[in-house]
Amino acid sequence: MPPENKGRAQGITGNDLLTLAPKIMDLLNGVQQLELEHFSMEIGDLDLFIPTTISSHAPQVIPPAPILSDRPASLLQETFPLRETTYPGSIREVVLGATKPEGGSRGRSITIGGATQPAYADRRHPPLHPPAISLDVFDMKVPLPKVLRQHIDEVMEDPAEWARLNVKKFGADIVTLHLMSTDPLLKDATTAEACRTVEEVLQAVDVPLIIGGCGDPRKDAAVFKAVAEMAEGERLLLNSVTLDMAEARTLESVAKAARDHNHVLLAFTGLDLNSAKELNRRLYEYIPPEQIVMDLTTVALGYGLEYSFTIHERARQAALMGDTELAHPVISAATNAWAAREAWMKMAPVYGSRELRGPVWETINALTLLLAGIDLFMMMHPASVLTLKDVIRRMGNAGTATDAPRVFRDWVGVRI
Amino acid sequence: MNAGPEARQKKGIREISPIDVYRLLPKTNCQDCGESNCMAFATRLVNGELVLGDCPPLHATEYQEPYRELATLLAPPVRAVTFGTGDQECITGGKYVLQRHEFTYHNPPPIAIDVDDSMPEEELVARVRAIGTFSYNYIGRTLTLNAVAIRSVSGDPATFGKTVRKVAASTDFPLILCSLDPVVMEAGLSEVKDRKPLIYAATGNTWKQMADLALAYGAPVAVHTDGDLSLLRSLVKTLRAYGISDMILDPGTLSDDGLSETLQNFTALRVAACRDFDELSGFPLLGVPLAVWTSEEISQEVLKWRETITASMLMSRYADLLIMHSLDGWVLLPQLIWRFNLYTDPRKPVSVESGVRQFGRPQKTSPILITTNYALTFFTVESDIKAANLDCYLIVADTGGLSVESAVAGRYFTAESIASALKTCDAETLVSHRYLIIPGLAARLSGETEEATGWHILVGPKDSSGLPQFLREHWPPAAE
Repeated sequence: MPPENKGRAQGITGNDLLTLAPKIMDLLNGVQQLELEHFSMEIGDLDLFIPTTISSHAPQVIPPAPILSDRPASLLQETFPLRETTYPGSIREVVLGATKPEGGSRGRSITIGGATQPAYADRRHPPLHPPAISLDVFDMKVPLPKVLRQHIDEVMEDPAEWARLNVKKFGADIVTLHLMSTDPLLKDATTAEACRTVEEVLQAVDVPLIIGGCGDPRKDAAVFKAVAEMAEGERLLLNSVTLDMAEARTLESVAKAARDHNHVLLAFTGLDLNSAKELNRRLYEYIPPEQIVMDLTTVALGYGLEYSFTIHERARQAALMGDTELAHPVISAATNAWAAREAWMKMAPVYGSRELRGPVWETINALTLLLAGIDLFMMMHPASVLTLKDVIRRMGNAGTATDAPRVFRDWVGVRI
Repeated sequence: MNAGPEARQKKGIREISPIDVYRLLPKTNCQDCGESNCMAFATRLVNGELVLGDCPPLHATEYQEPYRELATLLAPPVRAVTFGTGDQECITGGKYVLQRHEFTYHNPPPIAIDVDDSMPEEELVARVRAIGTFSYNYIGRTLTLNAVAIRSVSGDPATFGKTVRKVAASTDFPLILCSLDPVVMEAGLSEVKDRKPLIYAATGNTWKQMADLALAYGAPVAVHTDGDLSLLRSLVKTLRAYGISDMILDPGTLSDDGLSETLQNFTALRVAACRDFDELSGFPLLGVPLAVWTSEEISQEVLKWRETITASMLMSRYADLLIMHSLDGWVLLPQLIWRFNLYTDPRKPVSVESGVRQFGRPQKTSPILITTNYALTFFTVESDIKAANLDCYLIVADTGGLSVESAVAGRYFTAESIASALKTCDAETLVSHRYLIIPGLAARLSGETEEATGWHILVGPKDSSGLPQFLREHWPPAAE
């Protein structure tokens, strides 16, 4: 995040504001000048957007209710017409995986995206495609919280078996294979080794695959190019391409490889819509927008989930209002929830066992972002996956929208 | 929606400029508000940092008219409704916007936990006490529950009254009295005349009796319908005409198959309030995750699981008050933390200033640690160091506001950047040793960093909660 562009709105700088309002200084207490860049409105006006800090009291100015001299003796009838909002923009649909006739070898492909409304705001417009769930596989032994490890302990050193377990036992729509071993700072596995692992997993399961790199812009580029070529036509989702790659001058080669061999790119940026748009603009030079999914960064509950929530709400709102550079399906690594100590740490008995806290953390991370419009989740804990699938099914989608019978039961008088 | 001509004049908070406010102020620059001039006051007013009450001259009779105009101009489209009294009072609603990035959310939703009038006294008192003492320390803040909801299960006025009396004597928390029977409600209200409890609830059948009680006891009232928004608006209109201004809306909470309908209702009401300025929808929304306990499911764990996910989704979708049943930490912890996070100002910085921080009274031989300048990373490490009373230095490296994990992955936290941070902080003069403790999540950088800095690198714990133990075991470092 570049240091410029700080706190400038209507000609008021953070410093001006601090002199204007000395109390803010105390509240900020050593915190850097206000940084607006990541949280300003993308569209709409910036007319009044003056940086401030948390206020302990909202203005409590309340006009009194009109008191009429004669009180009504019977109910005054009103209606609530459900407002119909239409948006000029919509989210692109992106196809992951390819069947034999489509040029790949998957049992079925999965389409994500297509939203024309904010997620689950209006039941008359359910999601065109239900959000999909991918389960993680690592190509080397990774340190995982015990609560996660216990479900996969036996397959942790066999990516193909692990992938099979994810699909057969845990119901993964998609499998994410993280090629961690390619990291030059870890095992520095070769592109050939990476290709072999991808091939094994392609043979083990017939769901679409997400291929994760190690984060090194040069190594990832080399690995992605090799994998793209090897898995010609499979519409793998390559996770991920970044502005770092642009800087390292490797972005073009990966994008072209994805285009030439029919794969999809995951454009990853860190909680910053301007960067997300910039990266997409660069990618449009090489690849059709229908082959781009965005990762705007998922942070764990308690560690900044609100930033992820808000950036996704902003991105979706902007896209629906017509910003085509943000009109891509979005992915969330709900697995990141496990970074929160509340998810894995042993705590005082009053906070419950981590066997429950962990999966609840992952589940709530995912459900919160589901409401912000996520189209594809990367997850790990079976209970979280199950819950998310259940909620997504019950919330309805364009294919299954039926009104289930609903019963309001009396909670006031119930004996629990 | 016929919101009336008054509603059409209403502006969203972001459309109100300080000038709009300034022209209605006394313009005396008297500084009684503590600001340097009226324009500065106007600016802080539209930012939600000050209230009209902070301007003393405005309350003189000669300014009656502009005051009224300002009050209307600045009133949040979702009314703030208070129940309870004193320090513990619960403020609900008072929302200006639909999405938090449009401004910021105000008044974190109070969470009430239920008790009922069938509980044996001992159990009742113990539960009320547990509700009052449940807390969690999150980055140096104490997060707590807020209210007690008392349900009439017996249906008997005397039993309910007795329970209300007992609960009121056991806690200062605001109370929500829950009964759909006005006779039972009155029995409860008469026991807590001075506590301003929330009445739950007025319905299509009982609105008149409940309205009379609300007026008689000066208590706010929740308005409930079974998902019927037209009836809800009718009730609000009727109760307003009846003289009631403090209402909380409960369009009904369904979990499971009904969840999408409930979320749609919450959304529709909030959109009507914040986008159309519909006054009849402009009240706080009550979500009742407790409703999951009415299902036929018998597994307690499953019900708690459902309650926690229902609560979190309602919180994200505009609930201004929640009534829950489970007191389990794993159910409540995510709610308390998510509430805290969702209600932080989205305009606040994500990064803290880089540089070196001193904790306790570090000596030349004290440990020196390094972390990144993501605000939540820093606050977490800071709060752990303080909690353990450690004497140490902490270098905060500029990673552009990224957490350790992201900064390592994104190459913002590297051997080179650590070396330059050590230099910038003049670390060599702070301590006499050459041992730097790096975060466990940056373990892979240790070799490179030793080369780049010439310092010995100790790989610290992955989570800063492990620092005290780590230092016990590894500090001072063993001589080579």
